[in-house]
Amino acid sequence: MKILVLIKQVPDTATQVRIGADPRAIDPTGVTWIISPYDEFAIEEALRIREKRAQSEVVTVSLGPERVKEALRSSLAMGADRAVHVNDPGLESADTLLTARALAAVVKQEAAALVLCGRQAIDDDMGTVPAQLAELLGWPSLYWIMEQSIDAAGERIRAGRQVEGGLEVMEAPLPCVLTAQKGLNEPRYPTLKGIMGAKKKEIRNVQAAELGLTADPAQLSVVTLQALPPRPSGRIIPGDVKDAVRELVRSLREEAKAI
Amino acid sequence: MANAFWCVVEDDRQGAPKKVMAEVLGEAARLSGGPVEAVWLTDRAEAEGAKQLAAWGAGKIWLLENAAFAPYRGEVWAGALAALATREQPRAILGAVTTRQRELLARLAARLGVGFSADTVALALEGDSLVATRPVYAGKLLAKVTWARTPWVATLRPNVFKPAEADPAREPVVERPSVAIPDATLQLAERREEVSTGLPELSEAELVVSGGRGMKGPENFVILEQLASVIGAAVGASRAAVDAGWRPHRFQIGQTGRTISPKLYLGFGISGAIQHLAGMRTSKIIVAVNKDPEAPIFKIADYGIVGDLFEVVPALTDEFKKLLGK
Repeated sequence: MKILVLIKQVPDTATQVRIGADPRAIDPTGVTWIISPYDEFAIEEALRIREKRAQSEVVTVSLGPERVKEALRSSLAMGADRAVHVNDPGLESADTLLTARALAAVVKQEAAALVLCGRQAIDDDMGTVPAQLAELLGWPSLYWIMEQSIDAAGERIRAGRQVEGGLEVMEAPLPCVLTAQKGLNEPRYPTLKGIMGAKKKEIRNVQAAELGLTADPAQLSVVTLQALPPRPSGRIIPGDVKDAVRELVRSLREEAKAI
Repeated sequence: MANAFWCVVEDDRQGAPKKVMAEVLGEAARLSGGPVEAVWLTDRAEAEGAKQLAAWGAGKIWLLENAAFAPYRGEVWAGALAALATREQPRAILGAVTTRQRELLARLAARLGVGFSADTVALALEGDSLVATRPVYAGKLLAKVTWARTPWVATLRPNVFKPAEADPAREPVVERPSVAIPDATLQLAERREEVSTGLPELSEAELVVSGGRGMKGPENFVILEQLASVIGAAVGASRAAVDAGWRPHRFQIGQTGRTISPKLYLGFGISGAIQHLAGMRTSKIIVAVNKDPEAPIFKIADYGIVGDLFEVVPALTDEFKKLLGK
């Protein structure tokens, strides 16, 4: 079974992001780049499926500039077999739909039986590409997966998705797109052997033209990034616990009208 | 109608629209200047639910009622919704950020070949364009985005937009269009309900009580639950508390959890790591209780108490009880 895992390279969660000279993008100076945390759950799940099924292959795919190779290399160090890097300056300001089109072309080229993604990338926080990819491929999709199992024949998958108030366990024929929620598994750390081995694994570079993509305009574009409006400064309520609590409740009712 | 604003209905699966629909319909009315219509895909619509949508300002309700719409399956819903949108040509299709609609409207936009703004916190018409504001980098920055063409498809974050005033005098106008419903490949095998806490869902709650590392252990969250039940709040947690295994991940607030914008957020024993602040800083009023006066959360709090949460929480619960006559 061939499993594709779509990953995105994003700034580390501890990074203080700043608006760049072009106000539509962040300033990359000093940014530490990581694999988006939800994507690590997707990689881990793919590796666990491969460990259970003979003749399986895990291929990680990412779209972005040259630096994205580091993220792909990390995924190979975790244990993925090889990687595909969609590396094309023409896709630099791609919206979710253009991204999904490019990735759908890779999925078709690779004839994958299962596509795993993170629930969302923690930069744009859209959570949109997996659904759009599934729509373009005409595949079913299941969001926010907490568990999954594939039948012996490799034809059907059973996956539990998190919904309001519970978990819905759904059955789908393969191929299918799944997005991983935190809690699906505990991602492994790359071993030293894994890191050394990753250097020899293939990262295939592809450009838009090789995927048969035409130069379509983005349907959604960023006008500008903005800093958050500052919050008005608050106050520390002094006094012993009893007085402070009484004053807090009074303030919440009378000043803030929050309760 | 070609210039209509559509609002995709999120319901409680029992035939009633959720209250976030008052916000979506209210925003649609503010922007539209033309018809505002609800589109309701469901396996069971109640007459009361249609009345509620009309009261919130839906001039017409497109009702697609069919057993195939339960359980929610993106492939089925998006196909039916796209068929209707292609025929009726609305100007905008707005929904709410919920587990179903985040996937549904993304699929719909792909089917229609148009842009999609997820988790929108503000909308504004600029000439003939719609500009959406949405938090990025987990709320560390805002992005303004715009569409190349209509229909504009977006999900709106709960508790942010001004809800429509309900006018019960408005009678619902229901139209049941005939639309081809795609075959489903997904089947429901089993639904496991969570043990109900009786408290609201975190992402929709107007009031949120949250605990961090300062809670010291899972057993102590009971005092937050008591406080929450007095004021009708949801209970959340910081990543530190979740990673320690004290609370399940679905309660995590922050960059790798839920992003929330309640009317009132009360944080206890939470220092305010940047990735937590990202998930709650758009709350209207923030209250922080922490032993450490230097805790970063105090920098964004409207009200702070420097003290021991194990004394403050019970005192606060009692004080709220008195206030609310409970």
